[in-house]
Amino acid sequence: MSKAGFDGPPKGGFSFDLCKRNEMLVQKGLRAPSFLKTGTTIVGLVFQDGVILGADTRATEGPIVADKNCEKIHYIAPNIYCCGAGTAADTEAVTDMVSSQLTLHRYHTGRDSRVVTALTLLKSHLFSYQGHVSAALVLGGVDVTGPHLHTIYPHGSTDTLPYATMGSGSLAAMAIFESKYKEGLTKDEGIKLVAEAICSGIFNDLGSGSNVDICVLTKGNKEYLRNYSSPNPRTYISERGYEFSKKTEVLLTKITPLKDLVEVVEAGDAMEE
Amino acid sequence: MSIFEYNGSALVAMVGKNCFAIASDRRLGVQLQTIATDFQRIYKVHDKLFIGLSGLGTDAQTLYQRLVFRHKLYQLREERDMKPETFASLVSAILYEKRFGPYFCQPVIAGLGDESKPFICTMDSIGAKELAKDFVVAGTASESLYGACEAMFKPDMEPEELFETISQALLSSVDRDCLSGWGGHVYVVTPTEVTERILKGRMD
Repeated sequence: MSKAGFDGPPKGGFSFDLCKRNEMLVQKGLRAPSFLKTGTTIVGLVFQDGVILGADTRATEGPIVADKNCEKIHYIAPNIYCCGAGTAADTEAVTDMVSSQLTLHRYHTGRDSRVVTALTLLKSHLFSYQGHVSAALVLGGVDVTGPHLHTIYPHGSTDTLPYATMGSGSLAAMAIFESKYKEGLTKDEGIKLVAEAICSGIFNDLGSGSNVDICVLTKGNKEYLRNYSSPNPRTYISERGYEFSKKTEVLLTKITPLKDLVEVVEAGDAMEE
Repeated sequence: MSIFEYNGSALVAMVGKNCFAIASDRRLGVQLQTIATDFQRIYKVHDKLFIGLSGLGTDAQTLYQRLVFRHKLYQLREERDMKPETFASLVSAILYEKRFGPYFCQPVIAGLGDESKPFICTMDSIGAKELAKDFVVAGTASESLYGACEAMFKPDMEPEELFETISQALLSSVDRDCLSGWGGHVYVVTPTEVTERILKGRMD
């Protein structure tokens, strides 16, 4: 319960109400649940005139593929995007939070956001939670000082790199970058290399799979290529679909008709003053 | 045993042509002992918006009460019902607030939005949204539901066919799960009416 004893809309921040109870349940031998993970391949590289970010689209819950086409490239600002790996809820929440902080900051200053601002906000949040907010990020953007690419680890440490990979498929993707990256790539070469690195993750890492998402950020322009390539299309579509020979037995049916919304028409004279 | 398996549950939602269906099993158990066979896991938020809460029964009911409360406040302030997308964000925010001591619930949200566009979505217990175009599943029978839905689902089904498909998927899946079953609740929602049906299922 909140302090006021009234469970009204929260004012932000985490609530630790259930921690004690949950710990008691774990002690009684009930296993705590697993969360949705994005056991991921996410990459980014700096090219001739900007930054390219890439991600696969598989979300897993243990060994189960929970989502075959999820979005892992998150919006931070019009000129900044961020790939997220780790616990799905954490990457989503942390990027949403920073993006709204930056929006307010832009309204306040009247200037475009800088990548370092986003980087500092992200790392200070992650550091203050000592790695318990498990988000591993690749942050990329182009601002007034040029293109920038950073990686952020769950504990809050950061790197500044010309090419970066994160997630469970990071080794597979880095292998491609290490052998083929060079300075001053053109946009097309850059996109091709990013797609190849992601595909390497998709095919060699079991935590990554499905399609390739790409985001190209250049000065004053962004290009979000959702499902840039789909190397794993569904192969088992039945032509006729599935037919049921025996109908399900229904015990009770209740039909509630929904009323149309009433249209309010202003009629009659206005009330006298 | 996982805390999700304490009460047992099966939840599924599917999208049809300008309609959606959401279904659950009816069992409430304490591990392998059955307590009730008419348990409601699907709750109505408003006429065209439903939420199913799988997982620990006590948390499902608490969470539902908090959600209804928040939705009523919204109705009073805005003088309209919440859109499904908005409601999903609300549920996600409420769950993520308890990131380090979560409700043991995995919600399934299904609703009709503007111009009768169906919306379905599921989350994990800390509010990571998973939007889908076809179907979503949750609960102890989720693994078998994935399989059944993957095989049986067709795009753009009419309400009657959608009902048959979701019912068959649910019943065949709970037969492979000890912890859920005892028939099912199915809601099919079209722009003009809500049809609630109770299914007969195996009782073992």
